Amino acid sequence: MTLAKRIIPCLDVDNGRVVKGVKFVEIRDAGDPVENARRYNQEGADELTFLDITASSDDRETMVHVVEDVAREVFIPLTVGGGIRELADIRRMLNAGADKVSINTAAVFNPEFVAAAADKFGSQCIVVAVDAKRVSAEHEAGRWEIFTHGGRKPTGIDALDWVRKMDAFGAGEILLTSMDRDGTKIGFDNELTAEVSAAVRVPVIASGGVGNLQHLVDGILQGKADAVLAASIFHFGEYRISEAKAFMQAQGIEMRDV
Amino acid sequence: MQTIAVVDYGMGNLRSVVNALQVVAQSHDRVLLTSDPQQVLAADRVVFPGQGAAGDCMRAIDEYGLREAIVAAAKDRPFLGICMGMQVLIEHSEENEGTQCLGVFKGRVKYFGDDHQDHSGVRLKVPHMGWNRVKQTREHPLWHDVTDDSRFYFVHSYYLEAEDPQLVAGITDYGFSFTSVIAKDNLFALQCHPEKSADTGLQLLRNFVNWDGQP
Repeated sequence: MTLAKRIIPCLDVDNGRVVKGVKFVEIRDAGDPVENARRYNQEGADELTFLDITASSDDRETMVHVVEDVAREVFIPLTVGGGIRELADIRRMLNAGADKVSINTAAVFNPEFVAAAADKFGSQCIVVAVDAKRVSAEHEAGRWEIFTHGGRKPTGIDALDWVRKMDAFGAGEILLTSMDRDGTKIGFDNELTAEVSAAVRVPVIASGGVGNLQHLVDGILQGKADAVLAASIFHFGEYRISEAKAFMQAQGIEMRDV
Repeated sequence: MQTIAVVDYGMGNLRSVVNALQVVAQSHDRVLLTSDPQQVLAADRVVFPGQGAAGDCMRAIDEYGLREAIVAAAKDRPFLGICMGMQVLIEHSEENEGTQCLGVFKGRVKYFGDDHQDHSGVRLKVPHMGWNRVKQTREHPLWHDVTDDSRFYFVHSYYLEAEDPQLVAGITDYGFSFTSVIAKDNLFALQCHPEKSADTGLQLLRNFVNWDGQP
């Protein structure tokens, strides 16, 4: 086995600036997207994900310019999420230099959109972002549902049924966020991740809850994830990506050397 | 001053390919994204990228009337195939219930399979996505300053099997060893994406823009 597991820093972008909030409050400015991207690339990030959290759709054009600027000088895969609702949104981001787009809410409201997007642009650039929340009781077997609106609105859709469907519809990758863990820094929901990873053919990115480097290891070894996504532990210099890679390598996980 | 044509037939994100070439080319070189067969034929060197499904790619190549220009350039000037741009050089792909390709080389493109496994029986995800090693199986000018077994970024579900073993210039392990790089005379083609493979990929592209086309 020589394919490396990936570390993907995620940058939330609001009106062209990288920000980081904890559980959607206390938004802190973390700087210029291009500078952040350059630094992460130098530290050995395997990919970058930008999430556009700009509230007004009028300002979405700003994100296009962010992607253009980053793609001109950072040569690792770039994923853009947030506000991807139509084929035209995907076209715009790919033309700006994104390699993949991540579709979340639009997939829940219209699963056919994922099929149309994969058909038009190829599965390799369609990431389906899945926000799941545990709905089973403490001692029951794990059961998770898809939630929208930042984890506030239940949809009644079973998470495992959903990821199988998205795989069948042409998703090239699943970005799985545990809404129970997001922002908590207590680690991924590895039981959820392992169930999802076993349910689909495509790679799974674990997200939500990373607070230290052991959590990244656990996401791979226990959660069977193909990649791990984290934001805050990298943004504020708590850990460097190179440090994370060395730590994971030391526990037997295959990583790309920096 | 030279012109590097990047063949645009509407398949995939070519912006990154152009961006990366601009970084490694000389400032007076021209990197031209083009769908025009005449411009492809007039260029000093040609980059042939591509993403998506083989059937769509072949249809698009013919809709743009690019088939002859691509095949001609593949035979007579420095030519770099990337990802789908490598696969469709071969005769036939299993994708889309079988697709006839450009037939520059004899061989086939095959699916990894839904039950793909590694040597110890652990299931492997398809597409093969991420950073994997490329073992250089012979010397080539495009390997200059690229360390053997370096990692490149891959994303694909199909792999190439050339009939002529002499074509192979690099191999990669994913469950089994497959041909990730081919080279013959003026042509070099990779399954992975040098334009997305950080400094390693940029070095390979730099070698390509400076290559005289001799193996």
